[in-house]
Amino acid sequence: MDRKQLQHQLAYMRKSLFDQGYLDDQFNQLEDLQDEANPNFVEEVVTLFYSDSARFIQNIEQAMIKKPNIDFGKLDDYMHQFKGSSSSFGAKKVKKECSQFRECCSAGNIEGCIKTFQQLKQEHATLRRKLETYFQLVKQAGIAGRT
Amino acid sequence: MMENNGFSSPRNDSFPAGLRVLVVDDDPTWLKILEKMLKKCSYEVTTCGLARDALNLLRERKGGYDIVISDVYMPDMDGFKLLEQVGLEMDLPVIMMSVDGETSRVMKGVQHGACDYLLKPIRMKELRNIWQHVFRKKIHEVRDIETLERVESFQMTRNGSDHYEDGHVLCGEDLASIKKRKHIESKHDEKDTGDSISTKKARVVWSVDLHQKFVKAVNQIGLDKVGPKKILDMMNVPWLTRENVASHLQKYRLYLSRLQKENDFKTPAGGIKQSDSPLRDSAGSFGSQNSINLQHNDFSSGSYGFAGSSLVVHNGDPRSHDSDRKRLVSTPVEEPKRTLTVNVPNPCIPRSSQMEFGHPLAPPQSEVDFGALDSTLPTKYPWCGIQLKKEHNPLHLNDEFSHLPLPGQKQLTQADYPQPAPAISSAPSLTPSHNEYRSNVNHASSTAIAVDSSPIQTKTNMANHQAVDPNSKSTPSLENQGFNMNSITEFESSRKNINLGMLPFTTLEEDLQVCWVPGDCNMNLGLQNMEVLEYFDPGLITDVPVNLNDGLRFDYEFNDPTEYSLIDQSLFIA
Repeated sequence: MDRKQLQHQLAYMRKSLFDQGYLDDQFNQLEDLQDEANPNFVEEVVTLFYSDSARFIQNIEQAMIKKPNIDFGKLDDYMHQFKGSSSSFGAKKVKKECSQFRECCSAGNIEGCIKTFQQLKQEHATLRRKLETYFQLVKQAGIAGRT
Repeated sequence: MMENNGFSSPRNDSFPAGLRVLVVDDDPTWLKILEKMLKKCSYEVTTCGLARDALNLLRERKGGYDIVISDVYMPDMDGFKLLEQVGLEMDLPVIMMSVDGETSRVMKGVQHGACDYLLKPIRMKELRNIWQHVFRKKIHEVRDIETLERVESFQMTRNGSDHYEDGHVLCGEDLASIKKRKHIESKHDEKDTGDSISTKKARVVWSVDLHQKFVKAVNQIGLDKVGPKKILDMMNVPWLTRENVASHLQKYRLYLSRLQKENDFKTPAGGIKQSDSPLRDSAGSFGSQNSINLQHNDFSSGSYGFAGSSLVVHNGDPRSHDSDRKRLVSTPVEEPKRTLTVNVPNPCIPRSSQMEFGHPLAPPQSEVDFGALDSTLPTKYPWCGIQLKKEHNPLHLNDEFSHLPLPGQKQLTQADYPQPAPAISSAPSLTPSHNEYRSNVNHASSTAIAVDSSPIQTKTNMANHQAVDPNSKSTPSLENQGFNMNSITEFESSRKNINLGMLPFTTLEEDLQVCWVPGDCNMNLGLQNMEVLEYFDPGLITDVPVNLNDGLRFDYEFNDPTEYSLIDQSLFIA
């Protein structure tokens, strides 16, 4: 594929990520920060997020299986942090699931929590894949950030 | 993770570029992003992943940061608690961040003293403007002082100076508006407890009486054992909140420590903290202007009720300080608030009419006991000085002013002052060039405050103003002033040294125009010079009769830059 094509592809992919609600404007903000000093800034941030979020997921899972009493307060705290972290680069869907989860927490809805958490993990993984592809394309197209 | 960007020196002139920001967040992703964003704003960034680390950093490097941004949630310490600590210990503006934007949380943040609350995700444009918080804090301090000064000068003029008619008018109006403002503010403060959201910036006006109560409580408890809660309980002022006391306490502490430093020079006479220092420089300014007002104004307007009258001497308890000194301080002259009672100024105003000081002295104290002033003033308002300065070396003054007559005491040896002006200039860190130090004033004041009552106050004062920037300017100007602090000589009344030093002009900002300075207005800086640092203990000030008026009368021959440390008397404006 020639460069032009790659660029088109990249632009298209980018647009769809936004259209489909995977990303929000914060992603743009980060791309704006990219410069010569940090040409792959966004990718670095996303990578950092994913390595850090594994920790969150683990903590939450452990807290959820704690019987007999689940500590909702703690769960809420974890989720709060997770939400904050995912908002950093505009992970829209992930963020939404976090909010959902917190609502279940405050309602003491265990099942709701479990279900939401599953969805959250899914979104989390999906986004990761998509972004990996995206960044690969970025490199290939030889441009950083938006066209 | 702590990444040190190196502590750079205070912001340079290209403010806000180079603003030194400390970011605290346990989320590494956000830390990375914020750091990048802030760097793009040309700020100097230091990141921190733990609240404890942040506090350590701040403590190690006092004055090494201009502003702190912290997340509400931190694993090792509650963000609000960190916020409080920072506010108390370092008095830096703190911005809170969180992904949670619930009103109650935001409110909590504001209640704990956050100057802003940002919601995550944070955009760069929000970060671009954070410098305003730093700036605002500065000018508030300055403004308070100015107001105070104005008030003072008004009083002073009323007392007897003929010139400055216009000044009178102006002062009068200012006074009125100041009063009004204060009134409104205090009203707000009072209402604040009940109505937390709508009050506009409620600033507690620390009137002389209030401050006196405060100091009394502190002394009773013991400064090392003191805590806002204890003080609050002891003060028994229903509308006062713990936060109010906490912030005031912090200022007071800074003031005291500044005085401490300055005290080296001075003879610990009566514990006069007054940093006479500024007198010298301010002398210039003092002369005619109400430079003293500066301090006063600030005080009065500022949180400190020093309101001229009261400030000065608040000390209710008859401290041993020289009573003379106090006079200045006690100018209970007009409203207690305003007058920074800088009665002291009077002395400074060598030109007799000069007493512009703003009246703090206005009242009766004719004898401008500057001596008292020195001691008193500085002590009183150490804050002024203190606040301003965060980084200044308080002792600038000392350098220059070795002469500065130490507060209260006869130190005023004006002769010492190399230049007449210095005395007054002591005003807080007078921006050395008196001139425009407005912002410097802060510095100056700070330095001035450093002037701590140590006997050398005068020294400091002088130094302050001058010191602040050793721009020799201040000094020389003072000399011309001749008056400057000479007038202050009133110190011991024998000398007629007007202890301008006393003037708590801590924050003499440029504006301070400390009327003192009759001629050269160093005064302007005078105030600046005046390090109002001298935090005079309330006791000190009270005694000082506002003889300033009379004091002024003396022939202001003060050629020596009377150590007008009074001015610096760190206007402790809470």
